[in-house]
Amino acid sequence: MFQVRIHGRGGQGVVTAAEILSVAAFDEGRQAQAFPSFGSERTGAPVVSYCRIDDREIRTREPVMAPDAVIVQDVTLINQVDLFSGLSPVGFVLINTSRTFAELGLAELYDRFPRPHLVTCPATEIALEHVGRPLPNAALLGAFASLTQQITLEAVQKAIRDHFAGAVGERNAAAAAAAFDAVVTLEEEFARADTD
Amino acid sequence: MLTQIEGSRAIAETVALCRPEVVCAYPISPQTHIIEAVGVMVKEGRLAPCEFINVESEFAAMSVAIGASAAGARAYTATASQGLLYMMEAVYNAAGLGLPIVMTLANRAIGAPINIWNDHSDAMAVRDSGWIQLFAETNQEAADLHVQAFRLAEELSVPVMVCMDGFILTHAVEGVDLLDQSMVDAYLPPYEPRQILDPDNPVSIGAMVGPEAFQEVRYLAHLRQLDALHRIPVIAEEFFAATGRHSGGLVHSYRTEDADTIVVAMGSVLGTIKDAVDIRRDSGERIGVVGITSFRPFPSLQVREALRHAPQVVVLEKAFSIGHGGVLATDISMALQGTGCVVREVVAGLGGRPITRLSLEKLFYKAARGELGELLFLDLDVEVVDRELARMKAGRRSGPSAENVLRDLGTTRVEGQGR
Amino acid sequence: MTKRPIRFYQVGSFAVGNRLLRDDERTVQSDPHRSNSIDSGHRACQGCGEALGARYALDAAMRATQGQLVAVNATGCLEVFSTPYPETSWRIPWLHSLFGNAPAVATGVSAALRVKGRSDVRVVSQGGDGSTVDIGFGCLSGMFERNDDVLYICYDNEGYMNTGVQRSGATPPAARTATTDAVGPQPGNAFGQGKDLPRIAMAHDIPYVATATVADLHDLEAKVERAMSFRGARYLHVLVPCPLGWGSASNETIHIARLAKETGLFPVFEAEYGTVTSVSKIRRRTPVEEYLKLQKRFAHLFGKNPRPEIVTHLQEIANRNIERYGLLDTADAPLARHATTAEVRS
Repeated sequence: MFQVRIHGRGGQGVVTAAEILSVAAFDEGRQAQAFPSFGSERTGAPVVSYCRIDDREIRTREPVMAPDAVIVQDVTLINQVDLFSGLSPVGFVLINTSRTFAELGLAELYDRFPRPHLVTCPATEIALEHVGRPLPNAALLGAFASLTQQITLEAVQKAIRDHFAGAVGERNAAAAAAAFDAVVTLEEEFARADTD
Repeated sequence: MLTQIEGSRAIAETVALCRPEVVCAYPISPQTHIIEAVGVMVKEGRLAPCEFINVESEFAAMSVAIGASAAGARAYTATASQGLLYMMEAVYNAAGLGLPIVMTLANRAIGAPINIWNDHSDAMAVRDSGWIQLFAETNQEAADLHVQAFRLAEELSVPVMVCMDGFILTHAVEGVDLLDQSMVDAYLPPYEPRQILDPDNPVSIGAMVGPEAFQEVRYLAHLRQLDALHRIPVIAEEFFAATGRHSGGLVHSYRTEDADTIVVAMGSVLGTIKDAVDIRRDSGERIGVVGITSFRPFPSLQVREALRHAPQVVVLEKAFSIGHGGVLATDISMALQGTGCVVREVVAGLGGRPITRLSLEKLFYKAARGELGELLFLDLDVEVVDRELARMKAGRRSGPSAENVLRDLGTTRVEGQGR
Repeated sequence: MTKRPIRFYQVGSFAVGNRLLRDDERTVQSDPHRSNSIDSGHRACQGCGEALGARYALDAAMRATQGQLVAVNATGCLEVFSTPYPETSWRIPWLHSLFGNAPAVATGVSAALRVKGRSDVRVVSQGGDGSTVDIGFGCLSGMFERNDDVLYICYDNEGYMNTGVQRSGATPPAARTATTDAVGPQPGNAFGQGKDLPRIAMAHDIPYVATATVADLHDLEAKVERAMSFRGARYLHVLVPCPLGWGSASNETIHIARLAKETGLFPVFEAEYGTVTSVSKIRRRTPVEEYLKLQKRFAHLFGKNPRPEIVTHLQEIANRNIERYGLLDTADAPLARHATTAEVRS
C-alpha cells in the first residue's frame, strides 16, 4: 500500500487533490481511498487530506499515520504543522515552492532521505501561468506522478479533466504536465550530478 | 458500475435509484453531501416524481416524512447527531405509527462539548425507538443497505435507519459498485402501504391508546422487529442473488473459527480491526472478528452462535452509557449468558478520535495475554484527566472541564514541540 | 368576500336562522347530507367551543373539496376528545402525530398527494393555540414560508386546556391560569406578552389569513370555503371559548365568543397576501367588562377588591384593535361607548 498525506490550507483544493489522486489510481485499475481530515476548518486554516493506493482491498480507516509521500501545498505551514510526522525513511516529499530545501531550513531533513525523493516544485507559479489562478493542486499531482511513479501523468490528467469540466480541466491538465516535466528535469539533474 | 466516488454521493445515487417520492432535509454535518446531491437530482428532474422539501429543522424533516409516508409516499431523509436528537420525538412517533421511512444516519458524536466528528452516540440514543438500525462497514455496504432498507421497511411497515460512520465513510472517496435502475426496480417493488390516508376509505391514524391496549401495540412492534430478524438475512440473500454481492445480513464473522479471542464491533472500524487481526494472526495469536450489521433488531441467537466457542470476547464500541459502560457490550453479554465467555468492553474513537491499527494491535496483544480489565477506554489521555481531577479537587470554581482540558492539551503540545 | 349584508336579527344574537335564508345560503351544517367529519359521541366538555368550531370548519372544508380531504391533528383537546380509545369520531382520513409538528406532517401529506398526482385531495392541519403559537410555531412558520398547500386552523381557547389550563402564548393579559394565578400585585397573566399569530401569519405573505369565532358560524364556514379556493399556505384562527378554562357557563360559549368580537378584544378579519381585505364590523360596541365578567378567569378584576386600572388596560387593547382594523362602522353602528374610551384617547 502506498499512502499519501497532503497538507495545505482551506481553499487550496487539498481535499480535491486527494480525491483526484484516488480517481487517477482507480482509473489505472488500482484500489484507492481518499478522505479529508475531518474538521470545520474555514478558508485559510491548515487542512490535511489522505490518499491510499493499493492492489488489494483497502480496509483500514485510520488517518495516514506513516505516509510514503507528503505533499505540502502551502510552504507557510512548515513552522506550524508537523508535516513530516511518521514519514517513511524512504518516503517522498513534494513541496510547493520555488525555493530549495536548504532555503526553507529543511537541509537536515533533505539529507536524511534518498535523493531525489525530496523535491520542490513551483506549482503556484505553474498554476498561475496555465490556469490563471493560484491553485497548485493539479500541478502538484503532475509532479507527484513524476516523483513517485505511483500513477501515470495520463491518469492524473484524465482525472483532472473528469473533475474540472471544459477549459478549466484542460488548463489544469496542462499545469500538471508542466509540473511533471519540471520534476523530470530535476531528476535528470540529480542523475547527472550523481554520475559526475 | 464500479465508480470511484464519495460515500455521500454513492448514497445519494443509490437512494435515487430507490425512487423516493418525498425527500425532506435539514443540513447537519456530516450528512449534508447526501441531501445536497439528492436535491440536485430532483431539481434537475433526474429523480422524478419526487418532492424535495427544505424544512426548518430535523423535527420538521421527520414530521414531513411521517405525513408523506402516511399518505402513501416513499419517504426518505438523512441526519446526524444533534439533528437526530432534535427529531427524536418524531423518530419514536414514526416507529410507533409503523411508517416505513428510511433514514441515513451519518453517525456523529453528541455534545456538549460540541463535536462534529464520528462516533455512535447518536444511534445509541435512539436504540429503543423501534427503528431498525443497520450499520455499514464500507461505503459499498452503506449504499447496498439503502436498497435493502426500503425493501425491509416496506415489507414490515417499520422505519429503517442506515447507520454509516460520519466523515470516515460519508466523506471517503473509494470504489463503489453503483447499482443500475433495472436491478433496483426488480428488487424493490413499488410501495404498497399497510395504512394510508385515503378519502375513499377514511381511517384514523395516531389515535390515543390507553392502558387497555398500549402494551399489546408495543408488543406487536416487537414482533415485527423479531420478524425482521428472519427477513434481513433473506433480503440480503436475495440481494446477493441479484448482484453477486454480500451486503447486509445480521452478523459477519472473520477468522473466528479457532479464535480464543473474538473482537466485536460495528461500522467502518471493522476494516481497521481486520487489518490488525491479520497482523496478530501472523504472530500466532488466535483472534477473530464479528461485525454486527443489525443492531436493532439485535440478533442474540446469531451473536451467541458466532461467539460462544471463544473464551474471550472483546466488544469495541464508539459509544457508551455514561455511568455504566458499553451499550453493545451489554447486549452481547446478555446474548452470551450461560456460555462462560468473558466479555471485555473497550470504548474507543469517541468524538472522532482515530482508532489506529497500532492501538488495536496493542489492545489485542494485551487481550491475548488476559490483561484486559472489564472496561477500557482506548488511548485515554490519563494525564489530562488527572490534571482536571486535581483542579476540581483543589477548588470549587474549577471552571468548564472542556476548556480546561483543551488548555492542558495546548500546553502539552507547546512543551512537546519546545516552543 | 362572499358575505352579503343581511338584516334579519334574532334577539340578542345577530345570528341569522337558516330558516330565514334561501336554501343555497344556508349553512353547510344545516344540510342533512353534510359530511359529519367529526361525528357525535366524542368526549368534548359541555359547551366546548373547539368541538363546535372544528365541526363547522371541517364540514365546510369537506363541502369545498367535494369530500376529498385529509386532516392532520396536533396533540390537544381536539385530538384527545375525538379519539377516545377504542373509538374515533373522524369520518375523514385523520392523522395525529405529535404536539408540535402538525404543520410539518401536513406538509408531508400535501407533498405525497402532489407526487401521487392527487392534488384534488386537500389537507387541513389543525391544533389548539398551544400547538400553534407555542410548541408548533417553528413548523407552522416553516409551512407558511414554503407556502405549502395546507390550510392550518388554530382553535384558540387561549391556554393549555387539555393539560389543566396553563398559560400559553395566546393567553390574554390578566387572565388567571394554573401557571399565572390570580395572586400578587399583578394577578393573572402579564401584560405586554403573547403572540398575535394572525398578524405573524400575514407577515409571511401567504395567500389567505382569516380570523373567526364560533359566534358567527356562517362567517366561519364562508372563510373555510374562501380558504379552500386558494392554493398554498392558508391560516384560519378561530376563537373557541372554553367553559372549563375560562370559568364560564357552558351555555354562554356563543355569547362570550360574540362579546370577544363586539368588544374589539378579538378582531375578526380576512387578509390576502399580507393585506387585510375585510373586517367584521362591531355591531354594538361593548365595554370589555361585559366580556370579562362572564369568565371566572377574570373574576379577580371585579368583586371585593376590584382592579379597574387593569380593566382599563384591557380596554386599551380592545381600543387599539378597533383602530388598527377599523372595526367600527361609525355610520352604521349604534355605539354603547365605554366611559374609559375617551380617557384613553385623550
